[in-house]
Amino acid sequence: MIVGRRETRVDGYDKATGRTKYYEDRMPANALYVRIKHSEIAHGFVKSVDASAAEKIPGVVKVLTCFDVPDIPFATAGHPWSMDPGHQDTADRHLLNQHVRYWGDDVAVVIAENEVAANQGVRALKVEYEELPFVLDVQKAMEDGAPQIHDEFPNNILKHTTNIKGNYEEAIKEEGLIKVEGWYETPTVQHAHIENHGCFAYMENGRIVVVASTQIPHIIRRIVGQALCRPWGDIEIIKPYIGGGFGNKQDALYEPLCAWCTTQVGGRPVRIDCSREETFVSNRVRHAIRYHIVTWVRKDGKIAARKVDVFSNQGAYASHGHSIAAKGLNAFPQHYPCPVYEGNAWTVYTNRPAAGAMRGYGMPQASFADEANIDDCAIAVGMDPMEFRRLNIMPKGFHDNFSGNTNYYDTYRECMAKGAEIIDYERKRREYGHDTGNIRRGIGLATFWYNTAVYPISLETSSNRMQLNLDGTVTMQCGETEIGQGADTAYAQMTAQAIGLKSYKDVHVISCQDTDITPTGTGAYASRQTYVVGFSIRQTADLLREKILKYASDLTRQAVYNMDIVDGNIIRKEDKLVLMSLKELAMTAQYNPVHSEHITAESTYTIRNNAYSFGCTFVEVEVDIAMCKAQVTRIVNVHDCGKVINPALAEAQVHGGQSMAIGFGLSEQLIFDEKTGKPLNNNLLDYKLSTFMDHPHLEGYFIENPEPTSPFGTKSLGEPPACSPAAAIRNAILNATGVAINRIPINPHVLFAELSKAGLIHDCWLDKEGK
Amino acid sequence: MYDMKALYEAESVQHAVQLRLEHPEAQIIAGGSDVLVQMREGKRAGKELISIYMIDAMRGVSLDEDENIRIGSLTSFSHITRDPIIQKYINVLGEAVDQVGSPQIRNIGTIGGNTCNGVTSADSASTLHAWEAIVELTGVNGIRRIPIKDFYIKAGVVDIRADEGEIQTAILIPKASYENTFGHYIKYGMRNAMEIASLGCSVNVRLSADKQTIDRCRIAYGVAGPVPMRAPSAEAVANGSAMTEEMVNEFALSVLSDINPRDSWRASKAFRQHIAVEMARRALIESIHRAGGEIK
Amino acid sequence: MSQYKVVHCNINGKDVEKVVDVRASLTDMLRNEYHLTSVKKGCEVGECGACNVLIDGEAFNSCIYLAVWAEGKHIRTLEGLEGPNGELSDIQQAFIDETAIQCGFCTPGFIMTAVEILETGKEYTDEELRKLLSGHLCRCTGYENILRAVRKTMYKRLGKEVPAVSIQNPQ
Repeated sequence: MIVGRRETRVDGYDKATGRTKYYEDRMPANALYVRIKHSEIAHGFVKSVDASAAEKIPGVVKVLTCFDVPDIPFATAGHPWSMDPGHQDTADRHLLNQHVRYWGDDVAVVIAENEVAANQGVRALKVEYEELPFVLDVQKAMEDGAPQIHDEFPNNILKHTTNIKGNYEEAIKEEGLIKVEGWYETPTVQHAHIENHGCFAYMENGRIVVVASTQIPHIIRRIVGQALCRPWGDIEIIKPYIGGGFGNKQDALYEPLCAWCTTQVGGRPVRIDCSREETFVSNRVRHAIRYHIVTWVRKDGKIAARKVDVFSNQGAYASHGHSIAAKGLNAFPQHYPCPVYEGNAWTVYTNRPAAGAMRGYGMPQASFADEANIDDCAIAVGMDPMEFRRLNIMPKGFHDNFSGNTNYYDTYRECMAKGAEIIDYERKRREYGHDTGNIRRGIGLATFWYNTAVYPISLETSSNRMQLNLDGTVTMQCGETEIGQGADTAYAQMTAQAIGLKSYKDVHVISCQDTDITPTGTGAYASRQTYVVGFSIRQTADLLREKILKYASDLTRQAVYNMDIVDGNIIRKEDKLVLMSLKELAMTAQYNPVHSEHITAESTYTIRNNAYSFGCTFVEVEVDIAMCKAQVTRIVNVHDCGKVINPALAEAQVHGGQSMAIGFGLSEQLIFDEKTGKPLNNNLLDYKLSTFMDHPHLEGYFIENPEPTSPFGTKSLGEPPACSPAAAIRNAILNATGVAINRIPINPHVLFAELSKAGLIHDCWLDKEGK
Repeated sequence: MYDMKALYEAESVQHAVQLRLEHPEAQIIAGGSDVLVQMREGKRAGKELISIYMIDAMRGVSLDEDENIRIGSLTSFSHITRDPIIQKYINVLGEAVDQVGSPQIRNIGTIGGNTCNGVTSADSASTLHAWEAIVELTGVNGIRRIPIKDFYIKAGVVDIRADEGEIQTAILIPKASYENTFGHYIKYGMRNAMEIASLGCSVNVRLSADKQTIDRCRIAYGVAGPVPMRAPSAEAVANGSAMTEEMVNEFALSVLSDINPRDSWRASKAFRQHIAVEMARRALIESIHRAGGEIK
Repeated sequence: MSQYKVVHCNINGKDVEKVVDVRASLTDMLRNEYHLTSVKKGCEVGECGACNVLIDGEAFNSCIYLAVWAEGKHIRTLEGLEGPNGELSDIQQAFIDETAIQCGFCTPGFIMTAVEILETGKEYTDEELRKLLSGHLCRCTGYENILRAVRKTMYKRLGKEVPAVSIQNPQ
């Protein structure tokens, strides 16, 4: 079996030698620099842009402003297009905006021959604004009289949906119910991939070519076409290797603007390179979401009813919009099915940076709120939090009618049992939580709900092409992208196995997507790729095998059904006799003077199903009360992502998700000045993403229940590891200190406030036992 | 590509002084980890720079004939930390600058740059204040030496006479300051690396010969006010006192009458005050232990 | 008025010289003049470590190092680690074997700092290694496998068995 083996990455050598080419490494030497003038107010109208000084700077080629761009509003979300107008993303921005809606909005560009001139040009632009009041808080933005951010959306509500089961008002009248209520708050955070977004564009034979650091080349082609009102066939998007994406690059960022700029300078190459500061503010962020949860628990610990209100801070533009809040809203009653559920979710425009997709797509936020509330419920009824979860969590056999998903195994309980054993939960739960000194230890857990791919909300499709090479290897390409996670390696392993090659090294995955060449795929998001590409790999491999065996049949006079491909050879099934190698077959087929055939296969597979992917996190913390610091001393994730295609890469995915989630739980937050709406910490020094010194060892484990719908038994893993750690950290801090903290990040400021409120702070100064 | 108007590379201290007089508007650049960052931000864009980075004579740590420690202003943080003289006599300074930014920043960042930019959060600054360092400036009129507390005028402003072509050439730690003295520096940050101090606290003590009382205690903070500062009330509590837990707590609490941290988005005043007390306590305890004392 | 200077230095073992714009950072010079594209730009202010190179044996963020300061220096980039036929050094191989690479963008900088650490010939604890490597941000790996790659290479070079990673598990 090639699938399931611990293999090194197919792109490892190039990345270890620095040869891998990212967009900037392919830059034409004559590319003009495009620098963007961003708004320096949070809300208002651009009255004028005075470019006279900028235009005089030597090297400045052209200044273009929000008054020059075509009047075509467009949507940026990296969703598959929907033929149903009701399901299309909201087209609410222009290439450059006259109505600026956040500090950092795009007002004008300076195109120059060199970087310094472009920067000087931007500084020399004089923008006159009509300033309007702005709003940063999600609930304040919903109030009557709040600043109106987009005219078409009263009270700034982009969308409101509900999820209702049973009669909540009636249900809570039940005698003896215990009410557990909380407000839970998650921050605006940013993806902070190490390669900033950037792209360059030029024209060739009248068409526009854009080379971009993106996760979704085929979708970008559509969006560039829409934004510029050009036929989509006029656009070619090339996606080279990228330095991380995490959802930020699952959006049209500056590709449309870059494409337009090249058309404004006669098709000369132009480059847009986001600075780190721009990446933080003028790309996308994670939705800050506020939850209000009321859970009614029976004395026996069973949840009777739940009410969940979700307030999702969309920021200035719709981007992925309500999908994020809705995903969480609809997860609650699946994660902990209870007889009665009343859920409401509002996605609301504010004058913050636009929120889009980010690893976990709303589930890190929802899991934090859900799992914090669940721990509070357990405490309220006097149960151990793991026991409480065992009692209430989704059981084996649970079926969700909307998605068609079934929980085929008792996944949650298996994952919790494994994690508990690894971390020695029972003992630590007994021992911790009684510390009275300054250092207090705690253990906590959290589970998460996730699914795989976007069906039935959106189209779920993948195509790929395979070509038998003359040396018996196979070249494979598909539209689903390598963004660092190791997709290409997983594809190589699955392809090799599906065809019957000897090794995954006999598959050459074309990593770079070019929409002119690459079969259509929608790209890297929704932790979909390994699952969805699995279907098209299997189908295309079957087609290729059929062609190979048919040709082999002519040569060997054996029936097709009596042959197989094993280890790169065509064998006779009955006695395993090697009839010929694939190399011999390929050479013969290609150079056959009578019947030459280049053996290739291509197909599209559209799935109409989805797969649950669950797991949990256990965390140990040490809280230094006086210093207001919480430190994660151990973290264990257990995932059931079905069969693991490559354990080494799977563990690495878990590490990355845990790391991002530790930051989400303890330190990361983009902060805005209340008076101006200006972001205050949009750089890697002041935005506290975890460094090498902020982690314990990261541990990832798996329960491999094969997913019955997948040809390789696999399902999502890319995003799930980021979902549960923040809640587990919060619950461990609760265990350590007795203080339930309902907002993240639980950084020293929050700990100072919360521990002070709980009366723990002042004692410590004079605490003789304290260290 | 930096937006600079011109770059003048100084080949010696005298050359730097001369360039400074010739280009009064120019900004001095040592390692550049602050100046270049500001230039990129646009704050210093279009300026002339006088680079002193290539003046190797301004690097290194030595003892003069009176055994005062002399640290050339261009000595990088990592070289200070690794230096045997520092390790032997004033290891706390090496430990403090070993907490600046990151390893790469510690290779480029210089102690001269760290003090000349006049910021209160500089990791070297509180320790240099606590050890009563002397700043050496060289200008057209020769050498001028001033106590570090006088060097800092206000936030971002230090006493360098540009009109006399001055540059900072060394930091000196007098023998009387470091002899028999042991200290500890605590940096408070929101994460454990790549961090700017929310508060820095440096304490050092000299114990009596019988190690029963504190002869001299000094404590200084960064970020507790607009410039690095000492906490004289706290020092008064410790000086001449026996080392008891009560004294340590009184010492710690009395810093509140000396320091004046501000509210900012990085941290609230109340938070900084609380942390300042706890840091004082911990830094004093550790300093006493390092000096061979015991708290009763 | 542009200002240029000839910068002589030794890059990856070879003496070289180029006329350089004095405004250039060392990143600019290495990428644009010498096509050493392993030197990456992640923040341009010395906070991410992607542009890290060794100068006279010490790690520097080349983005905040003026190109003209390279005069007379010995500079090493990731391109200099390979053998003449593309052979990998032990630390590069360890990054591959330990799955310490994902998107690959922070990798060159990390490996160069690892080279500085390994060339001291000293043995470091895991905590010391974490501190020595803390000048690089990585968003993909959580640093776990990078630590494993560096410690494994360190012990191998010291001729010692690689001890198991000790998971902190307070009793």
